[in-house]
Amino acid sequence: MKAVVLAAAAFAALLVAVMLDLPAAAVDLPAAVAANLSHSGVAHPVTAVLLNFRGYDTLLEIGVLLLALLVVLAVSPHAEEPAGAARVSVEPVLQAIARIAVPLMLLAAVYLLWAGAHRPGGAFQAGAVLAAAAVLLHLAGLLPGWHAPKLLLRAGLAGGFLVFLAAAAALLARGALLAYPPAAAGALILVIESALTVSLGLTLAGLFLFLSRDEA
Amino acid sequence: MNTGLAFDLLLAAALLWSAWRALATPDIFRAVILFIVFGLLMTLAWARLDAPDIALAEAAIGAGLTGALLLDAIGVLRGRRQEKP
Amino acid sequence: MTTGLVFAVAGAILFSMGVAGVILLAHLLRRILAFNLMGSGAFLVLVGLAQRAGIADPVPQAMVLTGIVVAVAATALALALARRLHALTGAYTLPEARDD
Repeated sequence: MKAVVLAAAAFAALLVAVMLDLPAAAVDLPAAVAANLSHSGVAHPVTAVLLNFRGYDTLLEIGVLLLALLVVLAVSPHAEEPAGAARVSVEPVLQAIARIAVPLMLLAAVYLLWAGAHRPGGAFQAGAVLAAAAVLLHLAGLLPGWHAPKLLLRAGLAGGFLVFLAAAAALLARGALLAYPPAAAGALILVIESALTVSLGLTLAGLFLFLSRDEA
Repeated sequence: MNTGLAFDLLLAAALLWSAWRALATPDIFRAVILFIVFGLLMTLAWARLDAPDIALAEAAIGAGLTGALLLDAIGVLRGRRQEKP
Repeated sequence: MTTGLVFAVAGAILFSMGVAGVILLAHLLRRILAFNLMGSGAFLVLVGLAQRAGIADPVPQAMVLTGIVVAVAATALALALARRLHALTGAYTLPEARDD
């Protein structure tokens, strides 16, 4: 055990020593992003990088998230609807708070999605707030745990990835992969981000709710 | 050493301390709580690094959802402790 | 010593703490916790080193945003497997770790 600790400490020391002595970067990425920002369709550089310049990475990331959810569904025990449906203790104060907070969270999620074009925000933050709202509802006892997903939930889970993939395929047919035409880039990004938000919210919520089943 | 740098050093020290305590504490429930604290300190670090998008995502996903997943795994969210440390 | 560099150094130390934790800890949930610490350390290094000159850089920030989501997916996956193991064997440690 001591050997591992010493090795980790030595590794950290070596890394820190190298970090303090790095030369300046060869490529000036912030300047490159700023130069192309006006063609990207959004005004916020991080959103532009995420959805336009490096949109391919985001597409693959949604795919990875969906894969993780599929494996979670495959590994979790196939519980049938439990006889005692209230798995979580019912607390009136928590339910009242949830009833007040969740509509506000939905509003915040829509705002974050819309604001991502101009200021910090975007699909990931909005999806995370949606997932948090779903988890809050579940913990307050207002949303039952999820079991085998039915058609509507499956459509919602896969929808974001499919919309993004369809946009990528359509653009591939026109030329390069995910090269948005500058005139339509803003609208296209908004459509993709909306689908991503719904999908992301459902997937992140599903990672919690499909997992939170009581093992016998 | 100006105020910003002092705050950064303090925040980095708090990050490392909470991470160390989360790994070393014998009680698993305290470890998860310390991990959530670590996640919120990371949110502050992202704010100091001029990365508000990451700060939002870290608070919601890194601290919030991961913390909820871990708390659910140790059983405290169902009102009983399933796992001894 | 800029902000970026301070957090990059902290991230490197966090990463090695996480690696040591994953190797040494026997309890699976603690290992998952240490794995998350590794991830957070790596993200700090990514953004901190890119911003060591003090200028905000959107590309590594977007990469880290992606990384946080992938990390929570990996954590949920690991927890699903750990909980399945717990349901089958009653403990959160691997069988070979229990034998010694």
